[in-house]
Amino acid sequence: MDVDARPKTIGARVLRVEDPRLLAGQGRFIDDLNLPGMLHVAFVRSDHAHALIVEIDCADAAVMPGVKAIFTAAEIESHMNPIRATSTMADYHATELPVLARDKVRYVGEAVVAVVADSRYLAEDAAEQIMVSYEPLADVIDPIANAVAGAPLLHEDAGTNVLAARTFQRGDLEEALEAAAVRVSGNFRMHRKSPSAMENRGYVADYDQGRRSLTLHSTTQIPGIIRDALVEMLDIPGNRLRVVAPDVGGGFGGKGALYPEEVLVCIIARQLGHPIKWLSDRLEDLMTTNQAFDEHVEAELACDGEGHILGLRAEVIGDVGAYSVYPWTAAIEPVQVVSFLPGPYRVPNYFGRVRAVATSKTPTGAYRGVGRPISTFVMERLMDMAAAKLGLDPLEMRRRNMVRAEEFPYKSASGIVWDRAGFMECLDKVAETYDELRRDQAAARAQGRWVGIGLASYAELTGLGSRIAVAPGMPVNTGTETATVRIDSTGAVTAYFGVASQGQGLETTLAQVVASELGVRVEDVDVIQGDSAVVAHGTGTYASRSTVLAGGAAINSARAVRDQVIRAAAHIFEADAGDIDAADGRIFVKGTDRVLSFRELARAVYSEMGRLPRELRESIELEATRMYDPYFGTTTPASHLAVVEVDPETYHVSVQHYVVAEDCGRVINPMIVDGQIHGGVAQGIGAALMEEVVHDGVGQIQTASLMDYVVPTAVEIPNMVVHHLETVLPDNPGGFRGMGEGGTIGAPAAIANAITDALAPMSIDINELPITPERLFRLVIAKQE
Amino acid sequence: MIKVTVNGTIYEREVEPRLLLADFLRHKLGLTGTHVGCEQGVCGACTIILNGDSVRSCLCFAVQADDGEVETVEGLGTVENLNPLQTAFQEHHALQCGFCTPGMLMTGVDLLRKYPLATDAEIREGLSGNLCRCTGYENVVKAIRVVVDAEHGR
Repeated sequence: MDVDARPKTIGARVLRVEDPRLLAGQGRFIDDLNLPGMLHVAFVRSDHAHALIVEIDCADAAVMPGVKAIFTAAEIESHMNPIRATSTMADYHATELPVLARDKVRYVGEAVVAVVADSRYLAEDAAEQIMVSYEPLADVIDPIANAVAGAPLLHEDAGTNVLAARTFQRGDLEEALEAAAVRVSGNFRMHRKSPSAMENRGYVADYDQGRRSLTLHSTTQIPGIIRDALVEMLDIPGNRLRVVAPDVGGGFGGKGALYPEEVLVCIIARQLGHPIKWLSDRLEDLMTTNQAFDEHVEAELACDGEGHILGLRAEVIGDVGAYSVYPWTAAIEPVQVVSFLPGPYRVPNYFGRVRAVATSKTPTGAYRGVGRPISTFVMERLMDMAAAKLGLDPLEMRRRNMVRAEEFPYKSASGIVWDRAGFMECLDKVAETYDELRRDQAAARAQGRWVGIGLASYAELTGLGSRIAVAPGMPVNTGTETATVRIDSTGAVTAYFGVASQGQGLETTLAQVVASELGVRVEDVDVIQGDSAVVAHGTGTYASRSTVLAGGAAINSARAVRDQVIRAAAHIFEADAGDIDAADGRIFVKGTDRVLSFRELARAVYSEMGRLPRELRESIELEATRMYDPYFGTTTPASHLAVVEVDPETYHVSVQHYVVAEDCGRVINPMIVDGQIHGGVAQGIGAALMEEVVHDGVGQIQTASLMDYVVPTAVEIPNMVVHHLETVLPDNPGGFRGMGEGGTIGAPAAIANAITDALAPMSIDINELPITPERLFRLVIAKQE
Repeated sequence: MIKVTVNGTIYEREVEPRLLLADFLRHKLGLTGTHVGCEQGVCGACTIILNGDSVRSCLCFAVQADDGEVETVEGLGTVENLNPLQTAFQEHHALQCGFCTPGMLMTGVDLLRKYPLATDAEIREGLSGNLCRCTGYENVVKAIRVVVDAEHGR
């Protein structure tokens, strides 16, 4: 699109409407909610990874000061229907999501007993007095060892620890391997990661006994999905069950699943008739919020003598933890590792097999990037390994294999269809300073410094429509979103959505979209989101979908309302509808000084009797609800470039320069897009260098505080150079592509390649992340011996 | 019974000896702008200023603030009238979810009062006790830089 022709509110660096309240300490986060008569929950959690519950003794706790009630699985079973994440995928075994552990526990941190008391302090006092005795069962820690028949079972009813298995195949891989001039392979390992949003999860359930209605205030990303699940579990109809996400302090996927605690507070609130609050502390967050990235990948890439890819083979084992998370299933991450492994490249022959293996650890779920940080890490390492073997520059290796403009739509080796997007353009953009950086590197190397440059390119499917479920075979429709746009009798505009911001600025970007379509100012639009009651159906914010789906729905509804505005104005102005336009909150007859404000128009439509004839009054509706379904979804490519330096004494890796070029289609707010990339890359750098959830050999978590689970601080994250490409997207109302996760997808690969490049004189391959100073030291020492 | 001055207002309250200062501010005084992210002094979300120094209110008991002067985010500008640091945070997109932001702002206030902050590296060092998962820090550094430069007439 011609940049000058587009509406100015879209593409503008509009300051966020959320900010003043958040900056003044006036945000409303879950723990800021205090309801009259509210009681507080503390949990007794399992300190065993896999054990039978023999006895629970609550006698001492029950008489502690302030204690109102104590619940175990036995007390809640008759008040709920069980739930499990189902899927039509073959070879998948669903597991029941326990609200409180019944009979046995399957990971350290699993909730066993809930204590309800007047304050959290008193609830924790009482929880300490509860004695649970266990009979330990065989450890199920190593996913590879426990994927085989005869291994001790975590879920007896599944009959296997392999909860999901899938194979992707294209062409004849064996033939390709035979024909190859160059073959490179490796065992790649990405360790377990925690989302670690700064705000821990929390829930407040409020049951109105008079109306028999339940409101759950939840730090969730998916209020619609939670509402629908709770309706099934609690037998409360949807019109009396509302899930509201207040201001949410970061989610990154970790708040995008159904959690036992949010079901439990509902059950307790209904039983006790008091509002019930539970707020996770950091220890609980690191033990119980869904984790991610725990993947073992054995892979091989085959090329001809010029570096053209002939074939790719991969065997993936995903350590999915103790339960198959609702609604995404245990398959979501491991399957995406295999389905996205071929990357943005032409891979004519492919064989990829994946198994999702249950272990007695925290469940894993959808965390920023979902599988693709691993697939990109593996593929981009293989690309560099092949380039090194061929004596090709890594940049040239990518150029030779990347899908070219004339090949779109391109069906990838795993069956993903890439629509036209700036694959090569992103690579070219980050490569603009490449030669210069290589010269600088050569100079640094001459001084004996360990400086390296790493590239990473990927493509992701974002804004998925109804044709492709976010998780394979899941029964939840993730392909549509709904928006309602309403002009009330004062002329004020309110837009309602089923998506739920966790801090990414949806109140601003969606207001920009509505304002632009309707012809009002951004500040005239109030965006209501994160509330299951405001639209009939909506699922939430995840999978880089909100701008694409909610943005598309916003356009469709705002356009419908605009048509009504024009119709009413045509009558008032006694002018032809085609001559009427609206902009900046004014409705006017083009080329004249005849103008109405939205307030005046609303008054004429709603309030001033006799202003409109009866038939017009009955047919004009300044409100519209529309859905948007992108059907397949949108393709978002990007390339990253990292320059790192390794300190030869401390093995500390510093990221010195970082460049991202991404194509998210039409940019609504460049400031917000940059912010998403900065934050995504920071989490990717964390995954590459420091963030790791460590379990010992019996499943005890060793990284149970932010002192041990190390996330990047201001001194580790560099400034970034960010380029936006805006490839036009046909057949899509907004032309927006999703981009919230991408930073985290590219960074681990770029950093791993950069460190490998820095250590190239020693021929060290960085195939395990995070590459901590200790791991790096061991690799170097092993090479030197 | 403790007597604490918070943002210029004197509060006298009966508290349990074990009540954390963060919980006192949030739940006894209703000043929920101060956030609690870890209760272990690592994340910095609960940073306030006590008697002129930035402290972790999750690592202090309320009784330790007896006869003390506390400054919290509510003592900076208001929604209608943000102060220069808050304004810089908005203009430079130095916040996303806003959960770490009150702690970032109070650390920023302390840094601006005490240190010349001649280089961005100094600002980064000063912020290294405040974790943020959303922004990647670049824009937080930029916002503080703008205020430093304005104060020094640069």
